[in-house]
Amino acid sequence: MGIASIVFILLVGAASWLFARNIMRVRRNILLGKDEVINDRPGERWAVMTRVALGQSKMVVRPIAGFLHIIVYAGFVIINIEVLEIIIDGIFGTHRVLSFLGGFYDFLIGSFEWLALGVWVACVVFLVRRNGIKLKRFVQKELDGWPKSDANLILFTEIALMSAFLLMNAADWTLQQRGDEHYIAAGAFPVSSAVAGLFSFSAISSGTLIAIERTCWWFHIIGILAFLNYLPYSKHLHILLAFPNTWYSKLKPKTEIGNMERVTGEVKSMLDPSIAPPEMAAPRMVVGHEVTDRFGAKDVFDLSWKSLMDAYSCTECGRCTSECPANLTGKLLSPRKIMMDTRDRVEEVGKAIDAKGKWEDDGKSLHTRITEEELWACTTCNACTQACPVNIDPVNIIMEMRRYLVMEESKTRPALTGMFNNVENNGAPWAFGPDKRLDWTQQ
Amino acid sequence: MEQLQIRTMAEFAATGEVPEVLFWVGCAGSFDDRAKKITKAFVRILNAAKVKFAILGQEETCTGDPARRAGNEFLFQMQALQNVTVLNGYGVKRIVTACPHCFNTLKNEYPALGGTYEVLHHTQFINALMKEGRIKVEGGSFKGKRITFHDPCYLGRGNNEYEAPREVLLKLDAALVELKRSKQNGLCCGAGGAQMFKEAEPGTREVNIERSEEALGVEPNVIAAGCPFCNTMLTDGVKHFNKEGEVKVMDIAEMIATANDL
Repeated sequence: MGIASIVFILLVGAASWLFARNIMRVRRNILLGKDEVINDRPGERWAVMTRVALGQSKMVVRPIAGFLHIIVYAGFVIINIEVLEIIIDGIFGTHRVLSFLGGFYDFLIGSFEWLALGVWVACVVFLVRRNGIKLKRFVQKELDGWPKSDANLILFTEIALMSAFLLMNAADWTLQQRGDEHYIAAGAFPVSSAVAGLFSFSAISSGTLIAIERTCWWFHIIGILAFLNYLPYSKHLHILLAFPNTWYSKLKPKTEIGNMERVTGEVKSMLDPSIAPPEMAAPRMVVGHEVTDRFGAKDVFDLSWKSLMDAYSCTECGRCTSECPANLTGKLLSPRKIMMDTRDRVEEVGKAIDAKGKWEDDGKSLHTRITEEELWACTTCNACTQACPVNIDPVNIIMEMRRYLVMEESKTRPALTGMFNNVENNGAPWAFGPDKRLDWTQQ
Repeated sequence: MEQLQIRTMAEFAATGEVPEVLFWVGCAGSFDDRAKKITKAFVRILNAAKVKFAILGQEETCTGDPARRAGNEFLFQMQALQNVTVLNGYGVKRIVTACPHCFNTLKNEYPALGGTYEVLHHTQFINALMKEGRIKVEGGSFKGKRITFHDPCYLGRGNNEYEAPREVLLKLDAALVELKRSKQNGLCCGAGGAQMFKEAEPGTREVNIERSEEALGVEPNVIAAGCPFCNTMLTDGVKHFNKEGEVKVMDIAEMIATANDL
């Protein structure tokens, strides 16, 4: 086994270990949320996942972006078959080990090339759309700073990876043409042969071409391993979490709000004194920290784990925000920002836990990032949940945070206090008593 | 004064009769001057179709929808549990309501509190009456008019009902013109989530103005609504553009009642 093979094995091993560690960290962070059992209607769940994540059904609602996204998505999934060969070649020092597949191999390599070109073009278009055209949803202020760089970095990396892939093949193809003994004739190169022509590879010495081919090969695989480990820190994590996140989708009617069991117990006891009030739930232990059961959500611990998975699944495309009636009319609320803030907060909590080995109250919460003005702007119309290509539910977070404001902090909008009083005293949101309820029949 | 045939659940119970359906009038339908007209139009349809229906009358109280959406789960459940007790006490099985918010709450949120009923939106109910031949509709004054329908979020996106209101409207021999943002992509009127009962948060414009502008853009004679709150928001929006002379905002029940001279 050559030195290159050993270096390669060490690299793949280290990258896999690091990736597994990062994924476990994300999992731990998601599970900081409250328990919620989501396993009903499994058949429907598999169908939703297949349709929405695998089949990209909600992406194509916007045809141009959807089409380009499918190319990038298909490119990444399918070109990863090539990675399998790269790994075998890397370990054993072979070259194009799967070429014994013959005509089918030619077909595979040929289609990878077309896809690689497609991905390259799509990513360039995406870059222009993001930085040149200044589409509103890509220049809104929650994207300032890191989120904008994150998006561009992802696109540049994909372009670089695809370029390396095509240049590698171009050098390989040229060497194959020359009958170089290591570079056996295998594969079809519809795109890279043109790339070779474009850069006049035929005029370059075999030694240089081998250097180009090897450099691109290493760049491609190291790039992929690095990218893999970038995912857990990036919005790009959606490529993995889109699948579980759609499986755990809300299947109930969109406008149905879940019942708070504990409140039911208390209200039943208020309405009927013979019923004893429910006992206080025992505090939940989260990484050595007692989390008291409270009404609604103050912090990430009070949200369902599914809301935290939603936050990690968000790729900040902003389709939610661009459909949100509040945002469209200039209100502060942006459903995308709700998701980004939730992720930022859970990351902040996770980092503190990593540093100290346990959680200590830092005096901050979700409400430090998300203001009352944002929360009270929501009309619960569910345009955001409809628009989300991976079935994220920002409304649930907004509702849980409103519940905390109202029931734990008694903070609300003045007019809503009036409405509460009317409902409580008159059984109607307006100041009309039950004695007026039949007036319409007499008018 | 017109003669509406209305009996309460208590009156039915006193005679031992069982109504075909309970009409949940809702707070808007009971107290809001504009929505009361919708309520009466729907009752005229029920009367014309000889539907044996009951209302709860003074025993009806707010479903709790705005309280829940404004974060006050205690108040919501107080209302809901009282209503469930009344409904179950009368053995109610089937409910129809002209308010998508009551519809959503009764249909989806009461089962968790012990109240499980078949709940219909009035457009679904009217559609069924037509299909069963219990009422016939001819276009009448709407024949050849341009009508556009604003999907209420709580009926459409919320509960996936897009067809019933459209099927009813199509019976009017009118031209049904779709808004750019319709069905799953319908734009909210701005009233949902308890916004109806508060000032809008600061912004550049009101949601109902945005939506009304879009609706007026298709140059309709009538903007059809299926929710008392949407109706208010759109009526205000049309007034904002000084178009109330040319464009009417009407509930589908009112349109059917008008078409049939009820």
